Amino acid sequence: MSRLNSFRELEHLRQQLREQRQNITTTVMVCGGTGCQASRSRAVIDAVSDELSRQELDMRVRLCVTGCHGFCEQGPVMIIEPGNVFYCHVSPEDAFEVVYQTVMKGEIIERLLYTDPISGKTARIMSEIPFYRAQDRQILSQNLNVDPCSIEDYIVAGGYSALARVLTSITPEEVIEEIKSSGLRGRGGGGFPTARKWSESRAAPGDEKYVICNADEGDPGAYMDRCVLEGNPHLVLEGMMIGAWAVGARKGYIYVRNEYPLAVKHSRIAVEQARGLGLLGDNILGSSFSFDVDIARGGGAFVCGESTALMASVEGKVGEPRPKDVHTALDGLYHKPTTLNNVETWANVPSIILNGSSWFASKGTQGSKGSKGSKGTKILALTGRIKNTGLVEVAMGTPIRTVVFDIGGGAINGKLVKAVQTGGPSGGCLPVDKFDLAIDFDVLYEAGSMIGSGGMVVMDEETCMVDVAKYFLTFLQDESCGKCLPCRLGIDRMLEMVTDITDGRGRPEQLDLLEELADTVSQTALCGLGKTAPNPVLSTLRYFRPEYEAHIREKKCYAGVCKALITYSIDPDKCNGCGVCLRGCVYGAITGSKKQAHVIDAQLCQKCGICRSECKFDAIQVV
Amino acid sequence: MPPQTLDQILEGRRSQPNQLIEVLQDIQGDYGYIPKEVIQSVSQGLGIPLIEVYRVASFYKAFRLKPPGKNVLTMCMGTACHVRGARLLLDQATVQLGVKQGEVTPDGLFSVEHVNCLGACALGPIVSESGSYHHHMTPTKLRKLIETLRHQKTEAHQNV
Repeated sequence: MSRLNSFRELEHLRQQLREQRQNITTTVMVCGGTGCQASRSRAVIDAVSDELSRQELDMRVRLCVTGCHGFCEQGPVMIIEPGNVFYCHVSPEDAFEVVYQTVMKGEIIERLLYTDPISGKTARIMSEIPFYRAQDRQILSQNLNVDPCSIEDYIVAGGYSALARVLTSITPEEVIEEIKSSGLRGRGGGGFPTARKWSESRAAPGDEKYVICNADEGDPGAYMDRCVLEGNPHLVLEGMMIGAWAVGARKGYIYVRNEYPLAVKHSRIAVEQARGLGLLGDNILGSSFSFDVDIARGGGAFVCGESTALMASVEGKVGEPRPKDVHTALDGLYHKPTTLNNVETWANVPSIILNGSSWFASKGTQGSKGSKGSKGTKILALTGRIKNTGLVEVAMGTPIRTVVFDIGGGAINGKLVKAVQTGGPSGGCLPVDKFDLAIDFDVLYEAGSMIGSGGMVVMDEETCMVDVAKYFLTFLQDESCGKCLPCRLGIDRMLEMVTDITDGRGRPEQLDLLEELADTVSQTALCGLGKTAPNPVLSTLRYFRPEYEAHIREKKCYAGVCKALITYSIDPDKCNGCGVCLRGCVYGAITGSKKQAHVIDAQLCQKCGICRSECKFDAIQVV
Repeated sequence: MPPQTLDQILEGRRSQPNQLIEVLQDIQGDYGYIPKEVIQSVSQGLGIPLIEVYRVASFYKAFRLKPPGKNVLTMCMGTACHVRGARLLLDQATVQLGVKQGEVTPDGLFSVEHVNCLGACALGPIVSESGSYHHHMTPTKLRKLIETLRHQKTEAHQNV
């Protein structure tokens, strides 16, 4: 393919590619995302490919290795068109049947269909599966039919037509106006109005301006950005190009975590392909617009998700934040006006241009009390102690309950859901009685949490909320860059107090002190991450104070997590002496002869809980 | 160590201080860590003071300043893995191998590390073994994985 010099040439190429594919009768879409790859989807892809060659079907069947389909728990997953047949837990051994029966004869292989654990019903297509039914997959659905390493696939699917429309008929000001009326707010966590950043940057003096895509998804428990960048990098690039046109930038960066090797690889390939077609470079599509993108890899520092720290890191420096008296839209990368948006924010831009701002704004919440509401859809990473885990995209305004119970299917192993943690280390834990709250930037913020980047970790009765607070404090202590005192020492002292509580040394007055200190850190830390660092403590104190009090007054951890407050023993009535715990105990604390009830030596037991996780008979008790 | 590798890494990036993290990532990709001697060459190659190269290399968690074991076991400690028992896996690995987090076993076969999130949260807990992911891990599965890896290495050694 040669360089495209005009909008017409792009359309011509699209037409040509579509014609070339007219002979394709069937498409087999196999998920090649990180989740499915961990479940050996590569072997499935190879096996299906071999089988298609053996049956000489290569010419009319397209095998498309796509990005994430979302239902990672069921991986490797596969969709076959026509018929939209959805198969899960596919193994390489199934390849022959898939090709011979479904591809060639259109027959369904019952055992590969999804069975709903609640109703026991099998589902033939995606929309029959409860996990997908309540979703509104505007961005994720674009992952399904596109090989992320193929710009042709993206173009066939209509890609780069939003860019072409912008370059041919929309002025930068009109683009910003369109984004403004769509109500798009930053998907990275803050929910800052995207158009406000763009117009500030556009109005800033100077010719040298930058746009950056923040793909440094450092929040533990969140992976939406990985899936979008890894699964549809051209969509993100197109969004960045439109943004660059709007603000007047000639250079962009994708700052991506090196812990996401596939996202790094795919975004590099996408940039090369776009350069090859002249969609990046000078005079894009024959217009006056010139723009190029480089990939900058992160170094595994959580703080680099903060805009000023990220920009320092792109410059090759230590990622420490700086005060933001002047917005980065005016004084950002290399002290030039810089527009930084998150992966998902950029990915929303092309559809807003194509479908119009009112289409986007028709989804979501209206807002109240001065808030403009939250528009569009949000991708959430639904994980934790829940049946259906994976990536979920719902319209803003969807209640938490729908996500956790209808989509997620509720808790695992017959336990009760206790809370959901949203927004990563900057967010908080919301109890079940708040599950009617809507997924909305302002609503969750009011409730002491936040949407954040979209992580939703479900917790059940075996999760100790004090331990969760300790987990986040340990994380934040580890990740604090150390530049400002409130974050560096404040988190340290908070962790000290919470550790006292989990270790059984807690004193009642420490709870008030914790709140006071948390408040001080919120008000005085330098960067956004520091200011929100106390949220996990504050939200657990707000909603789960009795758990803290039980740890302090009764010296009890009812969830059975905090080691200093629990003891392990074996119920002789349930133990059948299988020996699994004895072999599994790394401390040699379990004794017993075969087929006789085993015993835990309390002196040797380190309360790691490995025996409990391994026992098939529920014989290990925690008191 | 082959000096041409470092030259190749620095190719086209000389005197560009903003390339420091990229260069360090590539060095670690090739060498498994950032050797002391290499830091000196990077400093000269990119025109950055030695102390600044060291500062960056020691600030970012991704960089190792000591060589890792032959098998790097990385425990994902993200929230989703945490609530599904990632800590048990860390206990299993450190006790079974007799090392602390970040250390290498005396025979050089294993090192145990942690990462704050690998982004495969739906399949947690995750253990990455030299880059390949093992999902839904349990202490028993991990114990067997370590035994298998140890066995493989011993066998490979005997075959030589």
